[in-house]
Amino acid sequence: MSNEIRIINGIVFDPTNNIEGKVGDICMKDGKIVAKVSKSAKVIDAKGMAVMPGGVDIHCHITGPKVNLARKLMPEDHRLDPHFKTPNTQSGSGGIVPSTFATGYRYATLGYTTAMEAAVPPLTARHALEEMYDTPIIDNGFYVLLGNNLFLQSLIAEGRYAEFKEAVAWWLNATKAYTVKLVNPGGDEPWKGHKNLNVKDIDEDSKATDIAPRKVIEAFIDAVHELGLPHPPHIHCNNLGHSGNFDTTIESMKTAGDRRLHVAHIQFNSYAGELGKPPKSASREITDYVNSHENITCDVGQVMFGKAMFMTADAPLTYLLRGYKKEKWVNADTECESGCGILPFDYQGMIYTHALQWAIGLEIFLLSKDPWRIVLSTDHPNGGSFANYPLVIKLLMDYEFRKQAMKSVNQKAMNSTILGELKREYTLNEICIVTRAGPAKCLGLKNKGHLGIGADADVTIYDMLDDKEEMFNAPRYVIKAGMLLIENHEFVSDYTDKKVLRVAPDFDESIEDVIKPFFDDFYSISFRNYKIDDDYLHGQGLVIDTHKKNSIYEN
Amino acid sequence: MSAVSKDNKIVNEKIVENATCTFCGCCCDDITLTVDMDKKVVTKAKDACVLGKSWFLNHVIEDKPIARIAGKEVPLDDAIDEAAKILIEAKFPILYGMSDTICEAQRQCVPIMDDCLGTIDTTTSVCHGPSGMAFQGVGEPSMTLGEVKNRADFVMYWGGNPAEAHPRHFARYAVTPEGMFTPNGKDDRTVVICDVRHTKTAGVADIFLQVKPGKDFELLWMLRAACKGVEIPENSKEICGVDKETLEDLFEKMKNCNYGVIFFGMGLTMSRGRHFNSGALMALATDLNEFTHFVAKPARGHGNVTGADNVVSWQTGYPFGVNFSRGHPRFNPGEFTTVDTLTRGEADAALIIASDPVANFPKPAIDHITSDKCKLISIDTKNTPTSEAAHVSIQTSTYGINTGGTVYRMDDVPISLRPAFDSPFPSDLEVLTKLREKVNKLAKKLNRPYATKKYI
Repeated sequence: MSNEIRIINGIVFDPTNNIEGKVGDICMKDGKIVAKVSKSAKVIDAKGMAVMPGGVDIHCHITGPKVNLARKLMPEDHRLDPHFKTPNTQSGSGGIVPSTFATGYRYATLGYTTAMEAAVPPLTARHALEEMYDTPIIDNGFYVLLGNNLFLQSLIAEGRYAEFKEAVAWWLNATKAYTVKLVNPGGDEPWKGHKNLNVKDIDEDSKATDIAPRKVIEAFIDAVHELGLPHPPHIHCNNLGHSGNFDTTIESMKTAGDRRLHVAHIQFNSYAGELGKPPKSASREITDYVNSHENITCDVGQVMFGKAMFMTADAPLTYLLRGYKKEKWVNADTECESGCGILPFDYQGMIYTHALQWAIGLEIFLLSKDPWRIVLSTDHPNGGSFANYPLVIKLLMDYEFRKQAMKSVNQKAMNSTILGELKREYTLNEICIVTRAGPAKCLGLKNKGHLGIGADADVTIYDMLDDKEEMFNAPRYVIKAGMLLIENHEFVSDYTDKKVLRVAPDFDESIEDVIKPFFDDFYSISFRNYKIDDDYLHGQGLVIDTHKKNSIYEN
Repeated sequence: MSAVSKDNKIVNEKIVENATCTFCGCCCDDITLTVDMDKKVVTKAKDACVLGKSWFLNHVIEDKPIARIAGKEVPLDDAIDEAAKILIEAKFPILYGMSDTICEAQRQCVPIMDDCLGTIDTTTSVCHGPSGMAFQGVGEPSMTLGEVKNRADFVMYWGGNPAEAHPRHFARYAVTPEGMFTPNGKDDRTVVICDVRHTKTAGVADIFLQVKPGKDFELLWMLRAACKGVEIPENSKEICGVDKETLEDLFEKMKNCNYGVIFFGMGLTMSRGRHFNSGALMALATDLNEFTHFVAKPARGHGNVTGADNVVSWQTGYPFGVNFSRGHPRFNPGEFTTVDTLTRGEADAALIIASDPVANFPKPAIDHITSDKCKLISIDTKNTPTSEAAHVSIQTSTYGINTGGTVYRMDDVPISLRPAFDSPFPSDLEVLTKLREKVNKLAKKLNRPYATKKYI
């Protein structure tokens, strides 16, 4: 079979290369976009269809130990949504946390070809890599949880910044991660060691390590900047989910100065109001800051009504939320480095807080001025499944539909927001930016999110339909790494040249002598058995280059 | 590397550091093995417990055929072909076992049953299956074992005998180690044992609770009620065998510790009440979080049974007892668990991997699996009653001694194995990968109509 494909007559959206809805041909060979192909190339006639790069999910929870615990927790949910075997694909279970095979297939059937797992503790990173190997089609990578690592915190507290930077680089290499993830920095120690407390103020010293969250955030931003990682620290800010938390979010962003920072699921950190009382929207304050600071990127974490699953390293928050319904709850402490909470959840339109969260997410989308720095996400499955993406797109592109949707939810919440006044409608080009071109740029993935010569041949072709939910729900063709996977809405293969994206910054190997004594004393596995061998990449590893920059616009 | 042996002979010796013992769920990864490479035996297993030593030191490469069909030696590929044919032609094939092999091999098993429209089940269904079901119902506050070492000042074992089943659990993780916030080891901890009899484990206890057999649930529920402010009943000794004062004292200790943990064993999960017992225990640990940080964890037995749970969960969404006959995974313990499918005489082909049902199952199940109605295929590292009774029998190399790969410790921490020496026998991974490919080829040829939504 020829490995060349030519897509003809399609309406091409390629914002990175300033192509907005222009009819043209796209050629690909050996997994890359090329200028031309031979006559024997397979031809796909995309007349009247939108041709876009494959989608890139910058923040989701799809592989790893906590995801698997959540999977095990929900048989009643899988039962309602079986994923059937076909001649070309394996069976699986769906629901809010699908099995690995189903996850890969379902991302592909939305036109997504890359998805980054947002939180993996180093100790169990092997597990995440093994699940990635079983997640077909999509390229993966993961962010490693270092923000509550006791050893790294002790280096910061002692002012040993040079060693700290080396240790961060060591951890990234040892775990094959893509960047650093900070979740509620400083919050684990009060939770695990002080009878389920939490930190409330980023300038408050944690009891255990005598170090304020701000210092931790600052140290990581510095170190990751110095190491020149393609994506900055990915932060889940302190006080997430609490009324009045927008101050903390802005303070966290200010900590970055003019260096890069990615704020994850920023909607959950954009609440005004008083602590302990129902929240109000602070979308204006948050978007004002983001709009005027080129160094900040974020993903929205849109809340969608229906089933969700809290699945976060922010264990105290999950326990707090458990208090509302006393649902089944999982906590998973990881020695010396992380915590984790899991809780099934339901967002209901008639509940004030849920409706408000939904509105705040949309407000953030609509108030943001630079689509390149705001990424579409639902923080799957925390704000709702990734299967909701087409509906989010429709809400953004269709003001009338949005107005209708507002009518069926809690009116007190709607009246307290400015959502109804925001008449902006996203264009297809802007959608292409917030789902593909933008996240690829935020991640520093030069070969993804666009269709220029040399880019990865990850291409999605959608029928041009008026109903944008329908349009984005079922691409007619999906091509990954130059392989045609979905043809006329059906899987024709599930084989791709799948990659695991990671970084490998240089570090001084003598740092191991500094780390090892801590390990020998406080970990329960041997230092030698902690580092992950290359075997776990199964030959699919792809190292992304490192070099320093202060915004996504610098080359 | 060479060394001089006791009788002054030069032996070809190899040292393997940080090897992992896969005998039990502790998966101790600090073992130093000395290997006589000429004789192909492990001569020393430093730091291993009595069980670990017997696991490593007694391992010898046996002189046996790799593959047999109906007792006759055949080439491996013939045995795999025969096994694939049996599985794909069967009406109700089952796959069982998997707890004593690496995750990489376990990963091949789900696709095999997916293609055969069969049932996959692990040894979890006869040990901590009820805990898996309880987990689905109430969740679980849990931790990695290093947290216990560093923080736990209240440690309880319920319905288990780690002193004999997990000998290093005390010293490495839970009772004596000196951790970050427990610098004085055992002096910093209160150790409580709850069991129906005074076992060797009870010897380390500060408090020993002798619960009446079958009354675990009642005892757990009294403690749960206490969390909600309900007084322990005066006649608690009559109900569950432990008097009121002891329970009140215990409850105060649970409430006032800094980091509490309960490990539980099959004494709880396999006695009357089963998943209600495990569920009550996990719920109690959850309730105690209102007062302090509290966690619970099943103490798993086999070396990689936790890995089997994880692999089957991530590939199908369910931990064990999964059926594919309708073209997608369905979970129903009691219907799709192996003891039940065999006892009812349903399975007409059985692929048994690294386990021995013929020696351990109830008689009606054994009668069926060894009868003409069920074609038995065995993949195992040793001769067992199952491998001897099997129509197709494949001998493989031993994980952790001859082959590398991944195992999950009882607390879901994945560890890579460091094999000691090669074996002439193929690995489980190699055999199962070939079988998977063969089955997939046959399934494609069959071109069976695949199910659609209308069958739900």
